[in-house]
Amino acid sequence: MLQKETGPGGGEVDQAWTEGAPRTAPPASITASLRTWLPVTAATAICLGIHWFVSSTELPAETRSYFVFLWSVLGVSLVLAGAQIGWPALRRWMRQMGPIFSVALLTLGLWEMITSGFRWLPLPYFPSPAGVFQSLINDRALLFDSTWHSLILLLSGYALGVVAGLISGICIGWSSPVRYWGMPILKVVGPIPATAWIPLAMVVSPSAIFSAAALIALAVWFPVTMLTASGISNTRASYLDVARTLGAGRRFLIFRVAIPAALPSIFIGLFMGLGASFLTLVVAETVGVKSGLGWYVSWAQGWAEYGKVFAALVIMAAFFSTIMTLLFKVRDRVLVWQKGVIKW
Amino acid sequence: MVTQEAVEASSLRVREVSKSFPLPDEPTTRRLALDNVSLSLTAGELVSLVGPSGCGKSTLLRLIAGLDSPDSGELMVGAESITGPNAERGLVFQDPNLFPWLTVRRNIEAGLVARHVLKEKRHEVDEFMRLVGLESFAGAYPHHLSGGMAQRVALARALINHPKVLLLDEPLGALDAFTRMRMQDEVLRLWQARRTTMLLVTHDIDESIYMSDRIVIMTQRPGRIERTIPVALERPRDRSSADFLQLRGEILELLHFAGNAVAI
Repeated sequence: MLQKETGPGGGEVDQAWTEGAPRTAPPASITASLRTWLPVTAATAICLGIHWFVSSTELPAETRSYFVFLWSVLGVSLVLAGAQIGWPALRRWMRQMGPIFSVALLTLGLWEMITSGFRWLPLPYFPSPAGVFQSLINDRALLFDSTWHSLILLLSGYALGVVAGLISGICIGWSSPVRYWGMPILKVVGPIPATAWIPLAMVVSPSAIFSAAALIALAVWFPVTMLTASGISNTRASYLDVARTLGAGRRFLIFRVAIPAALPSIFIGLFMGLGASFLTLVVAETVGVKSGLGWYVSWAQGWAEYGKVFAALVIMAAFFSTIMTLLFKVRDRVLVWQKGVIKW
Repeated sequence: MVTQEAVEASSLRVREVSKSFPLPDEPTTRRLALDNVSLSLTAGELVSLVGPSGCGKSTLLRLIAGLDSPDSGELMVGAESITGPNAERGLVFQDPNLFPWLTVRRNIEAGLVARHVLKEKRHEVDEFMRLVGLESFAGAYPHHLSGGMAQRVALARALINHPKVLLLDEPLGALDAFTRMRMQDEVLRLWQARRTTMLLVTHDIDESIYMSDRIVIMTQRPGRIERTIPVALERPRDRSSADFLQLRGEILELLHFAGNAVAI
């Protein structure tokens, strides 16, 4: 299995473990990996210390859940440190992720020192991590509901835009009459940011949700069309020549040669479209749609509840990066034949 | 045994074919790439096309493949004239041009898929992978293959359609000397087993003498057929035999002469 050799982000460490290394590691590397994981536990302990020190002047109800959170992180890190002894795959992962987790935790500690500790940043605009965490817990039902609504809107708009973009991109890329008429439209209409249509969309469409989905679709449509068309029209002529001499008809040439050859370019379009869809989603929810995370942020800001604003930002970060990661996974699956040719 | 009818069906005739292309800088003037070229291959013959680069060898091959059409003249396989690309005329380029998104097996299958006959002929895929010795690479992607292996896949991909005529456009040109000699034997083995009519474009004179029944020498600008030299050596041929070397010398001299004629 040549194509399965390296895991995601795999460096030499991965290689060393997959290629014939014994499943039980020599004892020396256990202490070595303990050393790499120890900073995570230490960073958590520092955070706990900072929080304990800073929160002594605050209400216990506002700070307790962050304590619970940090204690849980500490507990989990200790359990992992123990579990990795007989589990090489886990140890590999921990060795790779240890520094990132440590720095992330220390950043939380630093944030708490700057906000609740020294009060260098003005309140209520910059709440402490404990405050944000508390908002996250308190308002979880509404946050969940908002995330759900955002997800539905995002997926429907994105799917619509991708389908439309693929169809128009394939047509423009393949057929020169379609390119002649389609390209000018694409070049004139495409670069307008989808959010600029919002005033018009609100007048034209009966429902804000529907027009938001259409705007997201428009935002996705442009890059997907552009890069699909360019990928299709840049298909190596010799691939098409070979296919013709093998007896290929037009269907084969389009669906089995041009589209697979264009896939790397199409995926770039899908990624650009996804970024554009996040932006359009949040703006549309902020100004028109009465639900979703964008709406939640402006609503919380209206009540000057900045803990909730930050909570929603945290959710957005997790939400959007999860979707991005899923698209990466799909691409790795589909473009497995490129592995080793192109460094992603 | 191959019937007489089938033999005639896979003969190739090129009659008084000319082809010109517009110049890249001045689209209104055209340069003649092939000038009144006539060539004919009997069924099962292996003929080499030798000449300096730019003499229209590849143009002629593309015309026979049906990828381009001539300005004038006629091209025929058997009794049918060539109007467009068709699975009965396979083409292998110098670059194997394997579809990089398909595994070795799926590349070889491509012709069957294109002709919608994969279901009935699936058993042939294994046969052709064995024929070119690539059974153990069925699941590999093209970028994992060496140049020689990739070219073997390209040959199998072209042969699976059982073409009447196989056109080879410097198929071994990009390979190192050792791989090239091995592949020459391999192509000869495939040719002797199947008796496909083959037209081989090459700029390697040794290759043309080693492999072909006849050598067609072309000149440059416009591309014309200068001379046809039959190779009467017995197969398998010895690259270092006196007859081989003598023929090699004759052809080299001829090519040199042809080159001078153009320069004047």
